[in-house]
Amino acid sequence: MKKLFDTGCHVVAQAVKCADVDMVAAYPITPQTSVVEEIAALTESGEMNCRFLPVEGEHSAMAACVAAAAVGARAFTATSSQGLLYMHEVLHMASGCRFPLVMVNVNRAVFAPWTLWADHSDSLSQRDTGWLQLYCCSLQEVFNTILQAYYIAERVRIPVMVNMDGFILSHCRMIVNMPDQEIIDKFLQRQPNGWIANPANPSAYACVTGADLYPGFREELFNDTKNADKIIVEAASVYRDLTGFWDGDLIDTYRCDDADTFIVTIGSMAAEARLSIDLLREQGVKTGLIKIRSFRPFPAAALSAVLPDGARVMVLDRNYGLGTEGGIVFSELKASLFNRAAKIEIANQIMGIGGSDVNYQMMADAVTSAWDIRR
Amino acid sequence: MTTAIKNLPRDEIVMAGNGACGGCPATAALRIVGKAFGPNAICLMTPSCSVASIGLLPKSSFNYPILNICFAAAGSSAAGMEYALESLQKKGRLSGEKPLVFTWIGDGGTYDIGFQALSAAAERNDDFIHICYNNEAYSNTGVQRSGATPRFAATTTTPTGKQVEKKNMPLLMLDHHIPYLATASLANPGDFYDKLIKAKNSKGFRYIEILAPCYTGWKFAAEDMINISRKAVNCGAWLLFEAENGKIEFTNPTRKFVEGAASPESPAEYLSMQGRFSAALKGENRDQVINSMASQIADDLQSLRRYSAN
Repeated sequence: MKKLFDTGCHVVAQAVKCADVDMVAAYPITPQTSVVEEIAALTESGEMNCRFLPVEGEHSAMAACVAAAAVGARAFTATSSQGLLYMHEVLHMASGCRFPLVMVNVNRAVFAPWTLWADHSDSLSQRDTGWLQLYCCSLQEVFNTILQAYYIAERVRIPVMVNMDGFILSHCRMIVNMPDQEIIDKFLQRQPNGWIANPANPSAYACVTGADLYPGFREELFNDTKNADKIIVEAASVYRDLTGFWDGDLIDTYRCDDADTFIVTIGSMAAEARLSIDLLREQGVKTGLIKIRSFRPFPAAALSAVLPDGARVMVLDRNYGLGTEGGIVFSELKASLFNRAAKIEIANQIMGIGGSDVNYQMMADAVTSAWDIRR
Repeated sequence: MTTAIKNLPRDEIVMAGNGACGGCPATAALRIVGKAFGPNAICLMTPSCSVASIGLLPKSSFNYPILNICFAAAGSSAAGMEYALESLQKKGRLSGEKPLVFTWIGDGGTYDIGFQALSAAAERNDDFIHICYNNEAYSNTGVQRSGATPRFAATTTTPTGKQVEKKNMPLLMLDHHIPYLATASLANPGDFYDKLIKAKNSKGFRYIEILAPCYTGWKFAAEDMINISRKAVNCGAWLLFEAENGKIEFTNPTRKFVEGAASPESPAEYLSMQGRFSAALKGENRDQVINSMASQIADDLQSLRRYSAN
């Protein structure tokens, strides 16, 4: 086990190196930029056995990754905000082709107006592209999740987006424990060859199809995306057995056992929210935290299993679900618990938009004010 | 010596039952590509006539592994694939010889929507061959104007004829300092074949563009496809040359025009054979249109002379 004390962007580069990635194509964008710089430095020095393709834009970055996957290579890219939006059509192609790509998205608010700071409007607006979406709340989790993402992607053959909040995680330094390479290699054994565009077996891929076959492709993707939850759980458990690290699987819980009031959130807010839980507990409110780690597939059953009848749930969203009642996570959670609507109360607070400050006190206040809980 | 058509290899990459129009120039050109590149190649295509003519999934009428990729991304997809193959080979995880990666792309995916990614791949000197089959319009969507549509040509989005000149794409690519570039014509298949072989035996970014007279878009009789190809070359509307490391060598008859040993034919007959120019050629503007075309050809030849002198 090696200790690393570095920024989130550099931790991403180290994880990509440990994952024995074959090809990285990426385009710089704040706050992801130093991921690209670090990978360029590591490949150029030979420290990382990988080819780095400095493309001219994010659409090209994803297109290069897609083509690399078509010859069975392990490919990677990282982006943020507008870069992710610029990739949009290729994201659909990647999942439609069932290519096991992994991408890190450093969450940043979207244009316009122009801003550089964190919220989740970028990744959540890509929720229907067929990519699995995992969210992290610490740099150790970022490192672990990138490795788990390859484990998952290569088994379900669906691409995985690993999300980390811009600046809050990408630019802060934390200690990360890196498992020994032999352990990582054991965890990430190469899966049977994914080289489809192979002259040994010439065939046409992603070409024209009619209403006879097209629905089948989509239905299969729909089912496999939903059923990917089992492999996400498996990845977390195999990783824990090999390394001892645990960040949750589809969700992670904190002090939920006897709780009647819950905070549900994603990303770095889930780290800060632990302090809110402790504070509320001190004030006599039986509160627990549910961190949603997998937003796609949405862990409806896992969430429902944690929530008892009579539960009060405060969803903290770092995004606006434009044209809806609140945030996107709030809408998703409400929809997934619709059958228990009479028994569970769900409230929503939007905070942290465009990098605005979020602290444990504010999150605790959201809970107490929603249900008029006296201090 | 140019390879004679009767000496081209017998290998066929284009199989019977494909969905192309009878007399499709792109499909005829792709046959020659297969003969030159042999079986160990991977073809990337962007949505286009050629993809539409492969046949419906899971059938394929082209005997290559073909990946249909996003329209704007020929350059970056081919680059990503080549980088990946190189990396896999270095890690000892590629069985057999590394396949040749090439793109087979129309003028839309080359001149227009694909230009950015293509330009970037050329600038990086990525190791693949880009082939543009230029039918001078978005033929697959029913013939709309493209950056390769010549002035005066009618398309569904320029119903009275295009008002502006086409881009000079081969010279734009040459300005990317690429190691190999060539233009070709279906009227000279042996020359096209030789240029493909030369490209195959070079390294780095290679660009080949072949004029693909599309009879449905240009509005002429299908059986005249090769005749139109020849007329285009003989009047200078399509210029034949190649450039190794920036040094231009002309192919006849373009060579004679550049050297002043012969003059191009008047474009009058070439234009008159095509329905797409009929609106422009109607009435009193006829001579003006023909003269304007001839003078543009003279300008293009002059640009090429300047390039070859460099």
